[in-house]
Amino acid sequence: MRRAAVPYVLNLPSWIFLAVFFVIPLASVLALSVATGNPEVGYQYTGHVHEFVSAISTYQTQLIRSFWYGIASTVITLAISYPVAYWIAFYGGRNKSTYLFLMLLPFFVSFIIRTLAWEFILADQGLVLGHLKSWGMLPQSFHILSTSWAVIWGLTYNSLPYYVLPLYVAIERIDRRVVRAANDLYADTRRTFLRVILPLSAPGIFAGFLLVFVTNVGDYVNQQVLGGTGTYMIGSVIQDSFFTNQDYPMASALSSVLMLLLLVAIYLYARTFGTDTIQEYS
Amino acid sequence: MNEHPKPPPVQGLDIDQALHRGLTESRSSRRGFLKASAGVVGLAPLLAACGVAGTAASGKQNKQFDWTAWWHRQKPTNQLVFANWPYYIDTTASGKNHPSLELFTKQTGINVNYKEVIQNNAPFYAQIAPVLQAGQSTGYDIIVITNGWQLTQLLENGWIVPLWTEKLPNFQKYASPSVKSPSYDPNSKYSVVWQSGFTGIGYNPKLTGREITSINDLWDPKFKGHVGMMSDNTELGSVALLKLGIDPATSTPADWDKAANILNQQRPNVRQYYDQSYITALQDGDTWISQAWSGDIYQANLKGYKDLKFVIPEQGVMYWHDNMMIPLHAPNPLSALEWMNFYYTPKVAGMVADWVNYISPVPAAQQYIADVIKDPTVANSPLVFPTQSEYSKAHDYYTFKNYNDYTHWNNTFNPIIQS
Repeated sequence: MRRAAVPYVLNLPSWIFLAVFFVIPLASVLALSVATGNPEVGYQYTGHVHEFVSAISTYQTQLIRSFWYGIASTVITLAISYPVAYWIAFYGGRNKSTYLFLMLLPFFVSFIIRTLAWEFILADQGLVLGHLKSWGMLPQSFHILSTSWAVIWGLTYNSLPYYVLPLYVAIERIDRRVVRAANDLYADTRRTFLRVILPLSAPGIFAGFLLVFVTNVGDYVNQQVLGGTGTYMIGSVIQDSFFTNQDYPMASALSSVLMLLLLVAIYLYARTFGTDTIQEYS
Repeated sequence: MNEHPKPPPVQGLDIDQALHRGLTESRSSRRGFLKASAGVVGLAPLLAACGVAGTAASGKQNKQFDWTAWWHRQKPTNQLVFANWPYYIDTTASGKNHPSLELFTKQTGINVNYKEVIQNNAPFYAQIAPVLQAGQSTGYDIIVITNGWQLTQLLENGWIVPLWTEKLPNFQKYASPSVKSPSYDPNSKYSVVWQSGFTGIGYNPKLTGREITSINDLWDPKFKGHVGMMSDNTELGSVALLKLGIDPATSTPADWDKAANILNQQRPNVRQYYDQSYITALQDGDTWISQAWSGDIYQANLKGYKDLKFVIPEQGVMYWHDNMMIPLHAPNPLSALEWMNFYYTPKVAGMVADWVNYISPVPAAQQYIADVIKDPTVANSPLVFPTQSEYSKAHDYYTFKNYNDYTHWNNTFNPIIQS
């Protein structure tokens, strides 16, 4: 074997993995989205794109809603995760890994159980609202469950570790001498944070945003447990199309549309905040 | 075993040029490698040529098959794999043992592998359909499916083994007339009922402030934000049809539109379209009034939620059946028959009904529960052993004729839940 071929041979397992678990499924989804038929007579590939047209026209509400929930939950997650990651990285001392472990601990419990727990906590007469109501701080008919905010909160809660970890890694990497240099140059705490620490943690903000945003837009569990009427997300629509209707072309078209929109969103995001800035700082 | 239709011939086996080159040329150069990867992408049209085969063809073949001869060829085994829904069989306090299954093993020597794998009809069907279509065994000897689109599909596709009725004398002897020869399976050729139930209204009188008697109460604006409806579109559509005074079983697409119309009017009052979790919402007081399954309310009462009540509304109630069936290629079909026959006795059906609290298909189980288990609450409950007055209000679901019919129903009622 020639020496030049070695890297390719070593790469082979990952190429095979990519082909089997990414390229082939992707190709079949794309191919199915241009098929017509029904489960009884089978699906034939006709190349018609009408599923895409009806996917977008029928489910635009749910698509827009999913993106809005995705953005809202990601921004809130960032707002909550940043102080946590910052504190652990700068003030965690010898116990950093303990704190990180404690933060991760609840997430060892099944995803579904954790979400159901919020259903219990936020119930109308539950732990939180029940007490607030009995103290007269809230009207009896007030409820959080079955609203958009409950869904956004569920998404936020479930994505917390996926934002804290990349942020922690980025903040931890910041050279403390740079921070000290900022102080020496008469930057106050606020300016040090805004001009030095925040820009240097940009890779973490960027990576976490992608990780959380992409997952949350396609989520279909939080909505089913915590949502109500008018909170249906595109993930649930896709699930219904596959399982209830067995309308594979529609389900595939919707998946493709979602994927495409996410790619466009990520591209725009990367162009705006993106890679240049990050390379500049890191 | 019976034959299965061959998959459609793979057209377009003329391999994509790029793939061909990629496979034959030396891969040591970067160019060759790039071509090979282009070949992987070139697989797409190859995939596209295969298509997804339909399910309709397999049904015709199986219906001409000589099943009597097939049954005579089967050999007894000492295994049984039973796929059922969660919390749907008698269970000891430890949650591990099922006395009725243990009794079965003791009497017949057949070991039961009991699996609580069915959460919902549609996803379970979606799971087993490709396996059955490929002519392979699901690994289950008995599956429990509710009458509805998926059950009809299983029968239409010829994926269910017709029962050897000679081996089910207890079914003939003890089964309630209401489960013999149901409309979805004439002469009970393919299925026997495991349990049945009513879909009516559950409510908490303390929160509603009054007793509930009518489906119209689900539309009462006084309960705005505290009405629970089901996300199963068959249940959702059927209750609206009942409200309009239309029998769902004989309804037409024009009726469905009317039903969808009134459901849209109700929507602002609805808290959520629930799956099985509607019962948690009722228990927690999130909903005051909700579409409900009879057995759930009964079990909630036993668990300590004593306020909850179930009512059969004056307009009528939906009556559903969960059915035991033997899927094609079941590894132990004789064991499955043995269990079905064993279940249809007052004793075993009584053991199960006393724990599950849905409607038992064996009326004589009532006597067993009263006299032997000594549990008068269950024995006298009209929700476990309905009387003529309950049955007179019971309605059957609409039976879908074909996929287009089913799609029409879905397209009518899904937007209410999804928007």
